Formats: sequence, structure tokens, C-alpha cells
Amino acid sequence: MMGSGESRGGARPDFAVNLASRYARGTRWRTMFMLSTLLAIFFLCALIVTIVDDAFGYVVMVDEVDQDSLVMDGMRLETMEAPALRTVIAENLSPRRYRALEREKPFSERAQSDLHAVVLTEIVKPQVVATYTLFESLFDRNRIIQENLEANPDGTIIFRSWVTMHFLTDSLTAIPLSTGVMTAIKGTLLTIMITVLFSFPTGIAAAIWLEEYATDNRLNRFIQVNIYNLAGVPSIIYGMLGLAIFVRGMEPITSGSAFGVTSAGEMANGRTVLSAGLTLAILILPVIIINAQEAIRAVPGSLRQSSLAVGATKWQTIWHHVLPASSDRILTGAVLAISRAIGETAPLVVVGASTFLTQDPSSVFAKFTTLPIQIYQWTSRPQSEFRHIAAAAIVVLLALMLSLNAFAIITRNKLRKQKRFG
Amino acid sequence: MNILTRRAKVSSPLEVAVDSGESSYALEAKDLSVYYGDFEAVKKLSMGFERKKVTALIGPSGCGKSTALRAFNRMNELISGVKTSGEVLFHGVNIYDTDVDAVQVRRWIGMVFQKPNPFSKSIYENIAWGARINGYKGDFDELVENSLRQVALWDEVKDKLRESAYALSGGQQQRLCIARAVALKPEILLMDEPTSALDPISTAKIEDLLDDLKKRYTIVIVTHNMQQAGRVSDKTGFMLLGDLVEYADTKELFFNPRDERTENYISGRFG
Ligand SMILES: Nc1ncnc2c1ncn2[C@@H]1O[C@H](COP(=O)(O)OP(=O)(O)O)[C@@H](O)[C@H]1O
Ligand SMILES: [Mg+2]
Repeated sequence: MMGSGESRGGARPDFAVNLASRYARGTRWRTMFMLSTLLAIFFLCALIVTIVDDAFGYVVMVDEVDQDSLVMDGMRLETMEAPALRTVIAENLSPRRYRALEREKPFSERAQSDLHAVVLTEIVKPQVVATYTLFESLFDRNRIIQENLEANPDGTIIFRSWVTMHFLTDSLTAIPLSTGVMTAIKGTLLTIMITVLFSFPTGIAAAIWLEEYATDNRLNRFIQVNIYNLAGVPSIIYGMLGLAIFVRGMEPITSGSAFGVTSAGEMANGRTVLSAGLTLAILILPVIIINAQEAIRAVPGSLRQSSLAVGATKWQTIWHHVLPASSDRILTGAVLAISRAIGETAPLVVVGASTFLTQDPSSVFAKFTTLPIQIYQWTSRPQSEFRHIAAAAIVVLLALMLSLNAFAIITRNKLRKQKRFG
Repeated sequence: MNILTRRAKVSSPLEVAVDSGESSYALEAKDLSVYYGDFEAVKKLSMGFERKKVTALIGPSGCGKSTALRAFNRMNELISGVKTSGEVLFHGVNIYDTDVDAVQVRRWIGMVFQKPNPFSKSIYENIAWGARINGYKGDFDELVENSLRQVALWDEVKDKLRESAYALSGGQQQRLCIARAVALKPEILLMDEPTSALDPISTAKIEDLLDDLKKRYTIVIVTHNMQQAGRVSDKTGFMLLGDLVEYADTKELFFNPRDERTENYISGRFG
């Protein structure tokens, strides 16, 4: 017989002594969790390093026309005044090219900096003959210099950031040194605007219907299951859908001809910003619906009851209580979906993104290209310069996405605060 | 004239009550049955609630008290698969009639829940919102103050009306919820175990309130706490497995139960 005092103080035969092994198991799991996190962080760092590696580094430039041959009155190009530069241009440019540029803007009206730029791009024509990554530039500097002393004796080695102000603000050109991503940035922003305008209201409205109004019958369960399935359909299939519906089926609307828009010279035939935006919208619609549904479902039933109990209608309950209580989660889900849409490439290729578009999209009825499309095209070019501008464009795309996410987080926190102190 | 339809024109059911010369009951259930699917949670309940009295519903957990209470202002409709039969008469109108509007019913028959559930709005808005959506045309500041005074909360919150209701203690939140119901000037207040989530002091405060509130409202309170029923109610109904076993004056029911099952329950032999 074991007295109560004995069982309190001494060993209990019913229970094995196992605390140490329980802790050991916990420690093993903890290590696994930490390793998984480290692995994820490693890949993220690797991604950033590769991009930065390509976006900066030495380039070796060789001028097609030696700048020394353009010296006039002992003055080098950089120090020349406008009249001297005009003479240089007149002397060295082919008459045909001269007339073309004169027609764009008369040389007599151009400022010194503009004239200098013309001399550089039209006459001197610096060419990139070799490029190096950031790592090579940092750790292999001597080899680079050595190599180029032999191969390009009159080349200049300069450290170049491929992300430049010009790169951000200029339109697309065929020359990697002078090309810009403005066309693609505008295309991305316009496309995403269409996507947001269409998918947010539609997706949230559908979620409200499914959560608050739809009765639990076979048809609605079927719809629900299919929304889940649609969220998993590969994006390229949405591209086919967009091609069939928006580009072909709704051509008069998506090309703008139904609204009397006839953008001269641009025959987009429905392959427009509008079609691209709508395609991305239906692509992320299921995700937005599912996220919003989950957000609405997370609103406690007691909140609905308290509203209905004071004689509110269902709509007033949804509008004044359910939506404010779930808006932060709805927004978070929607922005995540938008982030996915910004990076989509395949469906837009199918819908007919332009391969080489030098004109910024002027309206939603214009032809389009987007940042991922542009990156995709640049990475598929063999010349090394394109690899670097692709990296630069990736930097821009990531910055765009991060600022979108930051905006979303700020808005969400604001909504959270309102939720507590509305 | 029906006061509970979508287009009801009267501003108070009393206007109708006066000339319709109806029964003394503020609310009367007749053969009320409530089903969850095939399960009959409330069985042919017939009972009347007297004007300006507190009626308690007691019984062991799961006997159908909450279900019955929710049937009195059509809150059961929010639960899918609920079927209701029988009648609940309010001013001579069956609230389950096809031309009666559930929103209008809840506007006249308010409800307070087990767990305090204030809106995620300011204290002021918690009270003003219900009145506003129901088209209240009077002075809102006055309404808010009045309602808060009725639940003895005014002095505690008058300096922080614009703060979130969540900043209040559980007991204060529950009194706010009562004030919110009272602000609509309802006729009947249904309370489902309003103190079971509260500490003894907050509970005592709310029990004290009921004495004041019954001067203006007819109150039906569900409780599993027999002492509470004894303290606050004028009449008590004892439910068991969906049946109303006994319904009498509270004193009568507690000291002189006629049914053996009531006696067993009251003397703590089960439940
Ligand atoms: N939403 C529901 N669905 C199905 N059965 C329910 C539901 N709510 C309550 N019930 C059942 O109905 C009976 C009465 O429940 P309830 O009214 O909550 O009891 P009480 O409030 O007296 O504890 C119980 O048997 C319970 O299991
Ligand atoms: Mg209950």
C-alpha cells in the first residue's frame, strides 16, 4: 500500500522518467525548423547576389571614332562649346543622318548637353566590347586590366551600374547601352491597374456572395470546388483563355474600336493592355475569391449576431461589420495575388505581348509589353550586355513589387488600427 | 394593422396594442417547435411572458433554452437547417407569418448574448449605430447618455465615449451590449446567460440592473444558475430535453414544485 505522502515525494512507478528524452526530441525538431529557415534564407540571398552580380560591374568600351581625332583648336569634346560641337557634327555626320536629326530638332536650337549627346551616339559611337560581373570586377581587377591591355589597347575600362536614371526613364531601344525600361514599366503599371480594377471588386463581391448569401446546396458546392480547382490551373491556360475571349472574341472592345479609338499606326488587333490586364485578372480571380472568403469566414459569428440583433439588415451587417472586420485580410490576400500577376509572363506571351515595342503605351488600347516579358526577351539574347540589362530590369521589377507590398502592409496596419478603434 | 411587416408605419407597437385589446402577454409562444434538421430541440412549447416582468428559463445544459430564446426573435434563422413550427405572438401578430419581416421583429425584441459582443466601434457608436440604421430622428447624444444611464455605465464611460468598446472590461462590455439593445427602445429584451462569462461583481451589477430595466421592458432571461433565477425573476420556466416541464411564479416553482423532475433539478439531484 502506497501512502499519499509517499507517492507525492518519491518515484511513481506508473510514470517512466522521460523528461530528458522529451526535451531531446524537441531540440531535434527545433534544429530542423531552424535549418529549413536557413535554407530558405540562403536561396533568397543567392537570388539577390546573382542579380546584383549582373547589374553592376566593369565594361570595356571602344569608340568607333577615336575621340582624339575630333579635337578642335586643342579643345576636347567635353570642353567644347555649342558652336564647336555643331561644326563637329556637320563635318562628321552623313548628310542624310544630319537632315534627319535636323528635322527632329534644328541643331541651332539644341543646347550644349544635347549636342554633346548627339556627338557621342552618332559619331563617336562607343561600343561595349567586354562586360564583367560585380564579383569579377571586385576580386579580379588586375586580370581584367591585363586582358584588355592586350585585346583592346584603346579601350577604356569603366565601372558601370546597369541600372541608371536613363535606364529607368527612357523608352526601349535596340541598343543595350541606351535602352530603357520605361515602356515596360508603363506597360506593367497600366496592365496591373486593369487587373486590379477588374479582379478586386469582382473577386470580393463573389466571395461575399459565396460566404454570406449562397445556400449550402449542390450547385454552390460545385461552384466552390471549381473555384479551388481554377486556382491551380497553370497560368498559360489562362493565356489561351484570354486570347480566345479578350483578343479574339471581344476584339472590338479590347482594341478600342468600339469606342472610336483608332490609334494611328498601332494596329494592336486586340492584343492590347486591356486584354493583358483582363487576362491577368481572371488568372488571379480564383485566388482573390478564396482569400477573401477565408477572411470573411474568419469574422466571428457573434459579430454578425450582434448586428442583426439590433435590427440591422443582412446588407448592413455585411457592410458595417463583416467587411471592416475582414478588410485587412482581404487586402493582404489580394495584394499577394497582384504580386503574382505582376510577375506573370507565359499568359502574356500567349495573349500577344509585343516583342519589340519602342513606343510607351498611351492608353489601355495600346500594344503592350511588361517588365517580365522584357526580361524574358533580354535573357534570351546571346550578347552579354543583354544579360546585364536583364539583371537591371529584374532589379526594377523587384523594387516595384517590394514597394507594392510595402504599400499593402502599411494600408493593412492602418485598417487593423481602424478595426480596433473605429 | 401589422407592425412587423417591411412597410410597417407605426413607430411603436403599443399604438396597435392599445386598440387591439389583446392578452396581457407581451410575447406568447404557442406550440412552438424548433428542429435542427430532424432533431427536435424545442418541443411544442407554449408559454406567455407577462408585461414588465422578468421571466427566467432554467434547465440543464442542452435542454433547448437558448434555442427557444432565439426562436422568440427569429435569430435561429441564421443557423442553417433550422425549422420552426407553431406561433410566437407579439401584439397579436405571429412573428413567423409570411408577411412579417425578421429585421423588424428583432428591432422590437432585442437580444443580449452570453459572451459580450460589442461592435468594433467606439462606445458612442456602439449605441448610436443601431438607432441610426433604424431611422432614429432624435438627439443622438441624449440617446447615448440615456441608454448608458439605464445600465449604470454612464459615469464610468462618459469621458471616453470615443474610445473603442474593446477597451472596457468584460462586465462593462456586457452592460454596453444591454445599453445598445435598450437604445432602440424595444419592448422585450431576451438575455441568454448574460452573466455566465462574468465575474461575481459584474454579475451582481447586472442582476441589480434587471430590477430597474423591468420597469420599462419585458425581460426573458436564460440562466443555468438557479440562484440567479431565484434572485431576479418573477416567473420561472423549467425546461428539460426540449419540454417545458413546469412554469410558475418563481417562489412557487422553487419552494413548491409540482413536478418531481423540477424538484430533483432544484435540489441539485441532476443537471
Ligand atoms: N446549431 C445547432 N445544430 C444542431 N444542434 C444544435 C445546434 N444548437 C444546439 N443544438 C442542440 O439543440 C439542443 C439544445 O441546445 P441549446 O438550445 O443550445 O441548449 P441550452 O441553451 O439549453 O444549453 C442541444 O441538444 C444541442 O446539442
Ligand atoms: Mg445555451
